[in-house]
Amino acid sequence: MRVLVAMSGGVDSSVAAALVLDAGHEAVGATMKLWGGPSDTGCCSVSDVEDARRVAQQLGINHQVFNFSEDFESRVVGPYVAEHAAGRTPNPCIECNRHLKFDRFLERAVRLGFDAVATGHHARVERRGEGWCLRRGADEAKDQSYVLHMLGQPQLARVLLPVGGLTKSEVRLQAAHLGLRTAAKPDSQDVCFIPRRGGRKEFLAARTELHPGRIVDEEGRQIGELDAVELVTVGQRRGLSGAIGDRYVTAVDVEQGLVRVGPLAAARVERLVVQAPAWVDGEPGREEPLEVQMSAHGRPVAGRWLGGGEVALGEPVRPVAPGQSVVLYRGDCVVGGGLAAS
Amino acid sequence: MTVYLDHAASSPLHPEALAAMEDWLRHGFGNPSGSHAVARRAKEALEEARDAVAGWMGVEPAGVTFTSGGTEADNLAVLGALGFASAAPSGPGSADRGAVVVSAVEHAAVRRSTEVAAAAGHEVRSLGVGPDGLVDMGQLDLLLDADVAVVSVQTVNQETGVIQPLAAVSRRVRRRSPGAVLHTDAVQAGPWMALPEVSAVVDLISVSSHKIGGPQGVGALGGRAGVELRAQIHGGGQERERRSGTPNVAGVVGFAAAARARARELATLAEQVEARRDRLEKLILEAVPTAVVTAPGVRRVPGHCHLLFPGVENEALLFLLDARGVCASAGSACASGGVEPSPVLLAMGVDRQEASSCLRLTLGPSTTDDDVHRAARAVADAVAVLGVARVAS
Repeated sequence: MRVLVAMSGGVDSSVAAALVLDAGHEAVGATMKLWGGPSDTGCCSVSDVEDARRVAQQLGINHQVFNFSEDFESRVVGPYVAEHAAGRTPNPCIECNRHLKFDRFLERAVRLGFDAVATGHHARVERRGEGWCLRRGADEAKDQSYVLHMLGQPQLARVLLPVGGLTKSEVRLQAAHLGLRTAAKPDSQDVCFIPRRGGRKEFLAARTELHPGRIVDEEGRQIGELDAVELVTVGQRRGLSGAIGDRYVTAVDVEQGLVRVGPLAAARVERLVVQAPAWVDGEPGREEPLEVQMSAHGRPVAGRWLGGGEVALGEPVRPVAPGQSVVLYRGDCVVGGGLAAS
Repeated sequence: MTVYLDHAASSPLHPEALAAMEDWLRHGFGNPSGSHAVARRAKEALEEARDAVAGWMGVEPAGVTFTSGGTEADNLAVLGALGFASAAPSGPGSADRGAVVVSAVEHAAVRRSTEVAAAAGHEVRSLGVGPDGLVDMGQLDLLLDADVAVVSVQTVNQETGVIQPLAAVSRRVRRRSPGAVLHTDAVQAGPWMALPEVSAVVDLISVSSHKIGGPQGVGALGGRAGVELRAQIHGGGQERERRSGTPNVAGVVGFAAAARARARELATLAEQVEARRDRLEKLILEAVPTAVVTAPGVRRVPGHCHLLFPGVENEALLFLLDARGVCASAGSACASGGVEPSPVLLAMGVDRQEASSCLRLTLGPSTTDDDVHRAARAVADAVAVLGVARVAS
């Protein structure tokens, strides 16, 4: 096959490229230039592009840069800011996978005559009968199947995840064995376009108006104040001033400038509403016992799909912030998922 | 076999430049600033090169400042000329800082230099262009006044190859801003125009060696006598206090040989290359009926072919051309190597989407008829592939 490898300049995608070659495919590397702004954290800096280019040279494959920064701005960064402004808690990595890596990039690869794309994600794509299944990665701690839950059959048929069967230390070992310059490069952390200095608050403040607000308890009594309602997440407990005690944020109301808190027992939910779910291979049967995961590295809990966007949970859980993804699994295979509703 | 159509980015060494450099590197060395025999020979080589480059540019040898390339020449022109205009000690924003008039389609070397000037308190006035890429003469009249210290308008656009009406610009500058220094970035004019005609109407002119068959890392700023420049690189005071640092003697020797050769070959070369460029354009337009010439009906230099392929993404087009052995460009590369939307096309009023469909093919002395045919076929093939492929879903 002809495979276009999305190379971020990190160790996982470096090894992914090497494994694609090992498997006997023809490989070309491409780095997406997604972010033009100042950021010292994640991908897309000139030095990351340089790392990807050098790894490609080491492997003897061609390398190109695709500048998708305008799409990234309109599909990921803009909506990220808008979601926060509305008091929700977006996951930009998921939107980047949905709109950039497995749409824009994949589409370009197909246009350029490639049979498949490969990325360095820790998850596994496996044949199941006539179709494809998206399995958790072999390294439990690094599993990224949650952020790939939007992949459907048309995408999975064209996606290779070569490092999904390895643990992170095996990936690093492989990189070191091949002498790749990215072997010891630290893992990327956090949101790639948010500078470490200044962080989320400064980033959002430069792009939207942040509003001060009041923290009220379950009886509506004011127990504290805060200077940016937009930065609060449902389910949050730490980082709030005032007499919060053991309480959790149960609701964020940007319009009223209100953050409601309550005791965990009252805050816990046993039912979730999922918006615009996407399925790997069709909607699951009603009442089918599944596992439900509500954050990238959260513990999955037992649950059932009720249809109509509703999920029943087998045990009460902390409230899921609107905008976070709820992902359903059958065993270790992704069934699908969508965004938690307000 | 590679078809190289990116001569505006860098053109291969002229054999005479290579021979001259090789001869110097084998037999000569030394720091031209010294006082002994070896230094004198280096100084002689440097000054002979200066005479040749000055002759090619149409300026006095004393007015030639060798630099590390066109970019440094542009920086020295804009910031150096402003340095003297604003010599009076004054804070940012004070009225005695001269204003700069700069066209909206300049190379980044000029554009960024004016941004530095703006940050230092100079007023920067942007001169727009029409849909044809030519500077707006009506607007120029409005921008020029007694406060203007520096005007910078390119001779030829780096992307489209459009030739700016520099003589007319000059007449207006002299009339309305008689105290202003008029600079032109002639880096893309160097390969194709008789530079003395350009120098005759400006005060400062930037050129680059590797666009005309000389080595990379060498350029020059030519200046009229009496135009003062504040140095931007400080040290031993070489190049008449205008640019410190030991001169790149081998580089300027190669530059001079390339300049001599180009001056001699220009007439024939321009005619041949223009014919090939027109043939290339005709073949592509026949094969791809939706393609359009970016600035039709405007005087362009012979080597530039600049086209728009509506609906096609140039990053993808370049990828397929590269795979077919054709080296081309989209005009404006970002630091990481991706393609940025061209500020030149945006200034011409082309919308963002259409701007990202542009392709620049630039021909040079080594371009053959076979190159032209293969490139035209490759472009037609690639556009056809991109026009029909869709993700099956």
